[in-house]
Amino acid sequence: MSLRMPEPEAAVLARRAEIVRALSTVVPGEGVISNEREMRPYESDGLTAYRQLPFVVVLPETTEQVAEVLRYCHEHGIRVVPRGAGTSLSGGALPLADGVLLGMGKFNRIREIDFENRVVVVEPGVTNLAISQAVAHESFYYAPDPSSQIACTIGGNIAENSGGVHCLKYGMTTNNVLGCEIVLITGEVIRIGGKHLDAEGYDLLGIITGSEGLLGVITQVTVRILKKPETARAVLVGFPSSEAAGECVSRIISAGIIPGGMEMMDKPAIHAVEEFVHAGYPLDVEALLIVELDGPAAEVDHLLERVEAIAREHGATEVRVSTSEDERLLFWAGRKAAFPAVGRISPDYYCMDGTIPRAKLPLVLKRTRELSEQFGLRVANVFHAGDGNLHPLILYDANKPGELERTEAFGAEILKLCVEVGGVLTGEHGVGVEKRDLMPAMFSEIDLNQQQRLKCAFDAKGLLNPGKVFPTLHRCAELGRMHVHAGRVAFPDIPRF
Amino acid sequence: MSDTLKPRDGKDVEAAVQWALAEGKTLEVMGQGSKRAIGRAAQWDLSLDLSDLSGVTLYEPEELILSAKAGTPIAEIETLLAANNQELAFEPIDYGPVFGADPGRGTIGGVLGANLSGPRRIKAGAARDHFLGVTAVSGRGETFKSGGRVVKNVTGYDLCKVLAGSYGTLAVMTDVTVKVLPRAETEQTVLVLGLDDANAIRAMSAAMNSSNDVSGAAHCPATTSASIQAEATQALTLLRLEGVAPSVAHRRRALEALLKPFGEITLLEEGASRDAWRVMRNVMPFTGGARALWRISVAPSHGHEVAAAIGEGTEYFYDWAGGLIWAALPAEGDGGAARMRAALKGGHATLIRAPAAIRAAVPVFEPQDAALAALTKRVKESFDPKGVLGPGRMYAGV
Repeated sequence: MSLRMPEPEAAVLARRAEIVRALSTVVPGEGVISNEREMRPYESDGLTAYRQLPFVVVLPETTEQVAEVLRYCHEHGIRVVPRGAGTSLSGGALPLADGVLLGMGKFNRIREIDFENRVVVVEPGVTNLAISQAVAHESFYYAPDPSSQIACTIGGNIAENSGGVHCLKYGMTTNNVLGCEIVLITGEVIRIGGKHLDAEGYDLLGIITGSEGLLGVITQVTVRILKKPETARAVLVGFPSSEAAGECVSRIISAGIIPGGMEMMDKPAIHAVEEFVHAGYPLDVEALLIVELDGPAAEVDHLLERVEAIAREHGATEVRVSTSEDERLLFWAGRKAAFPAVGRISPDYYCMDGTIPRAKLPLVLKRTRELSEQFGLRVANVFHAGDGNLHPLILYDANKPGELERTEAFGAEILKLCVEVGGVLTGEHGVGVEKRDLMPAMFSEIDLNQQQRLKCAFDAKGLLNPGKVFPTLHRCAELGRMHVHAGRVAFPDIPRF
Repeated sequence: MSDTLKPRDGKDVEAAVQWALAEGKTLEVMGQGSKRAIGRAAQWDLSLDLSDLSGVTLYEPEELILSAKAGTPIAEIETLLAANNQELAFEPIDYGPVFGADPGRGTIGGVLGANLSGPRRIKAGAARDHFLGVTAVSGRGETFKSGGRVVKNVTGYDLCKVLAGSYGTLAVMTDVTVKVLPRAETEQTVLVLGLDDANAIRAMSAAMNSSNDVSGAAHCPATTSASIQAEATQALTLLRLEGVAPSVAHRRRALEALLKPFGEITLLEEGASRDAWRVMRNVMPFTGGARALWRISVAPSHGHEVAAAIGEGTEYFYDWAGGLIWAALPAEGDGGAARMRAALKGGHATLIRAPAAIRAAVPVFEPQDAALAALTKRVKESFDPKGVLGPGRMYAGV
């Protein structure tokens, strides 16, 4: 493993027995796990290429326990890595050798369902899907739907600002969270927002969402729920080229249509999926588009006609509209199984997550094909076409010496390409450890330092999840230093009135 | 406010902040000054007027993004978007009328800096939800950027969010990128007549909890309903439907059936509907005038209880299905601050308009508990350690 993590603190390592004892008094019973065998399941998250046995695992059950654990760690200079379900694809929950792994799985209660205000108050360990299930009897749902939704927790969703296939129309996590309770590393409990819209003061909720566990530990969340659309229908469209498919997507959007979902797959992905799921995808096309419209039947039918017409104008060779709910679900079954389907045709695969301006898709796909040849590794592309979020899946075999390293190098080239064409390193999976060292491709040192200063406002000792997101760790005192040239800066040559 | 600096570009802004740092001066950050009277009444040494940082720099309708310099007039942006059948979906409030000024002023930087969101907030999100990327000069005099020009991005902390609604107290935005969305083809508004506040909240909740995709839900008691219909003598509850014509027609029928048990129903066709929502959006029941104006965000189901608790002598109307109360009361004493905050059960109240004397004496933004206040101060210092940018505008000593 080529990844460099912060050097473990020898002083902390040396005091392990004492620290475990102290934590056991805060979280009694089976809430502290310190033997190697039982800690093993926590050694990695969804980014399995990296593993590290935690220093100790703590599984608190109450906000008070979280506060007490953090206060203790703060006082003793012990690092903390928060963890939800461990489904992060970017290594956000990768443990540290000298860090307390704070598992939030026991915070698994739905506190309140409030249909009148269209909100649900939950503990962070509740899974994404469980929220939708809890309100399904009244035909409500929670909109963001990352593909790991059966397992991933809402706390983790906030940490990563998770997306999903419906976020072009319904937003990401940050657009669907109204409030949270967060415990700072000092043990202070902060409550932001609630059942009302737009929290007061600086938008700290907007900073915490997507902060990857570096600012605090979330202990309660208020999310917005939505009424399910009356109906949804999908159309499957095959194209002779990805250019034509991309052009079609642009035309749909410029025609004023924002579909509930709009997904694209390239030929290798289509073939892998069809062999696995038998969704009836056409195999003689270069790109396949699934467009889903939702809303009242009258609207869906009306817009589907327009989408069909646009698709045919753009040279679609196959246009198939779902005629039943089963057929719609079958169209999606293929797309949703894309990752495991690719997993079947290769011993391992590595999922990338850049976002690009959609118009650059043909260029990015062409360059990716060239890189694929250059690195000697196959690649299949799955694309949230509506919002430009590209998931190239690089196929490799971890058992072949050097192939993982080559895969990572290939992946880094793809992400740099995304930034080069005006896009970003990550659309929904987060930076974590995976893209940490690529951050300078997108941000200057000044940009990154400003972000870290904000981190300092929450965690001045840098104890929460260090080694994630930022390629270089600075001490807060060093970041805060300022050289003010009192009386020595000339008045700037600026129009003055 | 004796002096105004008018930078021509980001470099000038950087130079101005660096100079202010060196000289120990404070700066008031402004666009066209249309929201200058919002916030605590404090004194700053100079104004930093960004209105020369103007112009749309990138507009790609099919990518749903627009980039502009921070001082670009919002009217220019809205006109450009409208020509492409697009809009800022968060429906920014035009505060002109409220402050007795002309409508149509203000800049994109001001809209984002104040996180101005109108009636469609309940469906489409706030300004902060559409703020994708920024270049700004911090109170350290350093130019930094955050976010990007794509609609889906989780790379690094989302600094756009914290700048939205910071009223120029953290950094000076110089360039911004926002998400733009297609404009609805048509709209209609279902009007329910004569409901009392509690029933109006129930009716709006029923509408919001249906699958009719309501994009505006407001209620004007009889005291404010004449702003919607000059001849109105009773309360009006407004529910807006937007989209393609067949869909709007279908949902209108469904909504009428749903709301029939609440009271008599009439309809506002497209033109009248647009007019009515412009009134709600721009808080026109309280145009000009000398009364203190409060903006109160609460859980929608509590709206009528909060309004009742504020008590006598108050005129108000509800937006956001009851979750937003606009309340006007005499600009005397504390401008109603004590009553307002005693009435709240969660949520927050902001004093949008009041004479400077009142804005100097009472907390304009919702007071925070000790831990949150301390964090707020540290966040401010992380951007602006010397307090160069609008110190005291949001909170005393911050």
